[in-house]
Amino acid sequence: MNTFAYRRMKNRLASFAALACVVLALIPLVYILFMVVKTGAPAISWGFLTNRTVGTGGPGEGIGNAILGTLLLVFYATLMGLPIGLLTGIYVSEYGNNKIGYTVRFFNDLLANFPSIVIGLLAYALVVNFLQFGFSLFAGSVALAIIMIPIVSNTTEEALRMVPNSLREGALALGVPRWRTVLKVILVNGKSGVTTGVLLSVARITGETAPLLLTAFYSSYWSTSLKEPVASLPLTIFRNYNSPSKELLQQAWGAALVLILIVLSINIGVRLFLRKRTGKGKVVKNWKQRLSLRT
Amino acid sequence: MEAKIVTEDLNAHFGDVHAVRGVNLSIPKNRITAIIGPSGCGKSTLIRCMNRMHEVVRGARVTGKVLLDGKNIYGPDIDPVMIRTKVGMVFQKPNPFPTMSIYDNAVAGLRLNGEKDWKILDETAERSLKLAALWDEVKGNLDASGVSISGGQQQRLCIARALAVQPEVLLLDEPCSALDPIATAKIEDLLFDLKSQFTIVIVTHNMQQAARVADFTAFMYLGELIEFGDTKVIFENPVKELTEKYITGRFG
Repeated sequence: MNTFAYRRMKNRLASFAALACVVLALIPLVYILFMVVKTGAPAISWGFLTNRTVGTGGPGEGIGNAILGTLLLVFYATLMGLPIGLLTGIYVSEYGNNKIGYTVRFFNDLLANFPSIVIGLLAYALVVNFLQFGFSLFAGSVALAIIMIPIVSNTTEEALRMVPNSLREGALALGVPRWRTVLKVILVNGKSGVTTGVLLSVARITGETAPLLLTAFYSSYWSTSLKEPVASLPLTIFRNYNSPSKELLQQAWGAALVLILIVLSINIGVRLFLRKRTGKGKVVKNWKQRLSLRT
Repeated sequence: MEAKIVTEDLNAHFGDVHAVRGVNLSIPKNRITAIIGPSGCGKSTLIRCMNRMHEVVRGARVTGKVLLDGKNIYGPDIDPVMIRTKVGMVFQKPNPFPTMSIYDNAVAGLRLNGEKDWKILDETAERSLKLAALWDEVKGNLDASGVSISGGQQQRLCIARALAVQPEVLLLDEPCSALDPIATAKIEDLLFDLKSQFTIVIVTHNMQQAARVADFTAFMYLGELIEFGDTKVIFENPVKELTEKYITGRFG
């Protein structure tokens, strides 16, 4: 066989194999989405979204308190986890070329791959027991924050490392102090990567179930207190799925659909918000205005 | 001739590599000094010692003195950030900030350090872009991204950016090696215009460039300063045999 024809055949074979793998990988994803929408959508109604859980599966029952609970858990966890994770990532990337940096990176990698139930146990021992918060929104948020920190920190570090060194040097050579360089040049240029990491971690903690079992526990009531147990979507799914009632099972699918939609809308929302802000900036507009004022 | 920068027994290391070896050099004020030599001879490292950019690399060390107007910039009470506002630097590859407009790039040194007065910023932008001979090409387009212009324009934008903070010395690290001959000629013309106001040190691979723009030339080899003098003398009648060999292209 002549070499060229042989090469072309190899090329086609490789392309086909790659395509086949993509399709194979997409099958479960599409199937899950299809199943969740098909089974969950009929359960969704205004009442389903706004009423609280009773636990009987009767009419007029909903997952409103679980939606609120999940939003609160994610909000408080992000409030605690985001700054710590972000600053850790910045430190390791920009100042971490030393023993402390290597150590932090090592433990970050370790923590990022920890089973989440173990982190739940830790939060249970620390917040529920030792700090005597009991099963509570706060304990759940702490557990989720601990899960979030290494993810945010690792992706932030990677995103900042991708920023070319020439920009760092460019800013430093202008007599800009290190911290301002990091804040106004490095972070700005690595923003999309950092955002992706943050969104990834938010998506991850929104779906966490195991650590919440040991910390936030569960509630059938509307609860916003940091010291009270709180309902969450993943736990609602878990509980309903274990019940024999058909209605409750369908509610589980409905809750799953809502959970997916929440993660999706946070993701799209944040990206839209950031794109709006990073387009043609305010400064530039001012320049033209000022130019026209001057002349 | 008044010296702007003087190095005394300057040694620079990267980890185990001894990149600059005992260099004693005196850079004349308001003149263009070229540093030539084969790749890896320590030219770039030498000028990076002159604004304390050498030490931002991990494992880098400097011993000896660099005197700026007679004052050692490696002295105990010296802030490197301060030094870098006095001794500006332009790099080999144009590196405008991609997230900033042309205008913002030109005044980046001011804005990043917290300057908010639009009058000052406008004046500085116009002045430095004019100094860098870029104003006429970009004045209608100041809100375009700093990386949307050509490579030669980007490099002049970087020069404008460096000039905006009103340095006394401008260090250029092979500023034309990524540019075509026309863009190179523009930058050389520009350097000629700038030398009345600034002391300029340019590292270059291109010997013709050194011969064209520099008043003085230093030849370095394997980290050592071999010869320093009037450009004409270095190129036409060098004292050291090594310099002559390099100039005539017999090695390097």
